Amino acid sequence: MSSVQRSNTLAKPAALAWAPDFIALQQVVVQRVLPPVVILALLGILWELLCSSPGAVLPPPSQVLRDTWELIANPFYDHGGNDVGMAWQILASLERVAYGYSLAVVAGIALGVLVGQSTWAMRGLDPVFQVLRTVPPLAWLPISLAGFQDSTPSAIFVIFITAIWPIIINTSVGIRNIPEDYRNVARVLRLNGMEYFTRIMLPAAAPYIFSGLRIGVGLSWLAIVAAEMLIGGVGIGFFIWDAWNASMISDIILALVYVGIVGFVLDRLVAFIGNRVTRGTAQG
Amino acid sequence: MSNRYLSIENVDMTFYAKGTQSQVLKGIDLTVDRGEYISIIGHSGCGKSTLLNIVAGLTESTSGAVILDGKEVNSPGPDRSVVFQNHSLLPWLTVYENVALAVNKTCRTKSKAERHAWIVKNLEMVGMGHALDKRPAEISGGMKQRVGIARALAMEPKVLLLDEPFGALDALTRAHLQEEVMRIQDELGNTVIMITHDVDEAVLLSDRIVMLTNGPSARIGEILDIDLPRPRDRIALADDPRYNHYRQEVLRFLYEKQRKVESLAQRRGAVGEKEKDEKEKAKEKRMAKA
Repeated sequence: MSSVQRSNTLAKPAALAWAPDFIALQQVVVQRVLPPVVILALLGILWELLCSSPGAVLPPPSQVLRDTWELIANPFYDHGGNDVGMAWQILASLERVAYGYSLAVVAGIALGVLVGQSTWAMRGLDPVFQVLRTVPPLAWLPISLAGFQDSTPSAIFVIFITAIWPIIINTSVGIRNIPEDYRNVARVLRLNGMEYFTRIMLPAAAPYIFSGLRIGVGLSWLAIVAAEMLIGGVGIGFFIWDAWNASMISDIILALVYVGIVGFVLDRLVAFIGNRVTRGTAQG
Repeated sequence: MSNRYLSIENVDMTFYAKGTQSQVLKGIDLTVDRGEYISIIGHSGCGKSTLLNIVAGLTESTSGAVILDGKEVNSPGPDRSVVFQNHSLLPWLTVYENVALAVNKTCRTKSKAERHAWIVKNLEMVGMGHALDKRPAEISGGMKQRVGIARALAMEPKVLLLDEPFGALDALTRAHLQEEVMRIQDELGNTVIMITHDVDEAVLLSDRIVMLTNGPSARIGEILDIDLPRPRDRIALADDPRYNHYRQEVLRFLYEKQRKVESLAQRRGAVGEKEKDEKEKAKEKRMAKA
């Protein structure tokens, strides 16, 4: 009896090796892919119905697709000046975000470590941070234009100043919450400052730091679109403003979809890196 | 030379907080021989852990000195490795890496291969050779504590400090780990100071039991020599009159001699309550009259 069972279980994987994979794939499709597809289709139909009447001010999705097909099909065209494909517009915005955000990451983590480590620095800097972080991103633009006398560094500065606050605050909270035990382990092992920083402090605070980085990247993408509307040049923000001035509502809608998708990808990218770096050991 | 390997000399500890000061330890004097296993037992809050932290160098005593092998202790170091109560493994490192962190820091002179062999040897000694690449979150509480012990042993400390090492474990796991610690102790002959509140554990493992009086200003109340042959077997000892005598001694200290202080304080509190009650009653009476 038992030998029969055993031979059965042995034979099974060889004959049906593909079956579990296939079933798992099917389950993923049904559980994960199907719901958003259904909802998207329903929303599209609703939109189509609402905007198809003759008096509608906004175009229905079918018309958006027709109007913007050129832009969707050729994302990389370049007719000189501001007249470039959507991919170039988005890449120009992403480049500004990359500069501003990278500066914010470096400065934010450094300041966060300082504020987290030193009570004196916290008492001095925390009130300043708490006031400055409530200033809306665009309010920084005029002053940075005045300071830099140029639009590109001003836009980068706006990204920097927008993204830095959550990074500073989360890093400092993470450093403050390092368990006393880890500090004691470091003291017993006589780790020096640099070893303590890389072996204990950064990994212990990493989950906090990455939640700050994630909020920061979202905020910088929010800010770049608004900033570019004002500074002009190539960039997805200015593309939207330009389309509005030319009354090309369909172009605006397409740009909004792209902005949303890029923002989502940025968020997921930082979350993914965070997961890899902290090796999934959030706290435990 | 062998005696007075570690000496704790007239250690006082007073904490200052918000303008009030509270003396935790008063005039602690203790000498420990090389290879001796000492338990420190006392009611919770009496300052056991503070004393251990002073020996570890993690806390600085208000006055007095700790001298280990002829040198005064004034900062933490790998010659006094600590096994913390809640294991305190670094969760982002594997079991192997946790021990490696300690070994790479303390055995700089050894070659890479030697260090690797030493890490594996220590983990095998505590029975964790099978889980080198596991993370702390993936192993049980008892296993974490084993790794904590391996990490501490791998530093080749002059004194091994155990801060209620088995306190957070269930009774069966605890008994199992006690056996392991006794086996390792027989093998390596380490000098150990262990904080505990478990009477059986103290009698089973120790050469001497140091009993602290209740705080504030805890002192060493009694020191009990445990003259039982090693290796010790908990089942055989359970029926041994000497073992039971030692147990009784410790229990008597903890629950008779030291409870008196507490019950006095309680009685004083109770008297206070009574007076208050009577005052209130008198007040009520007056009010009723009015």
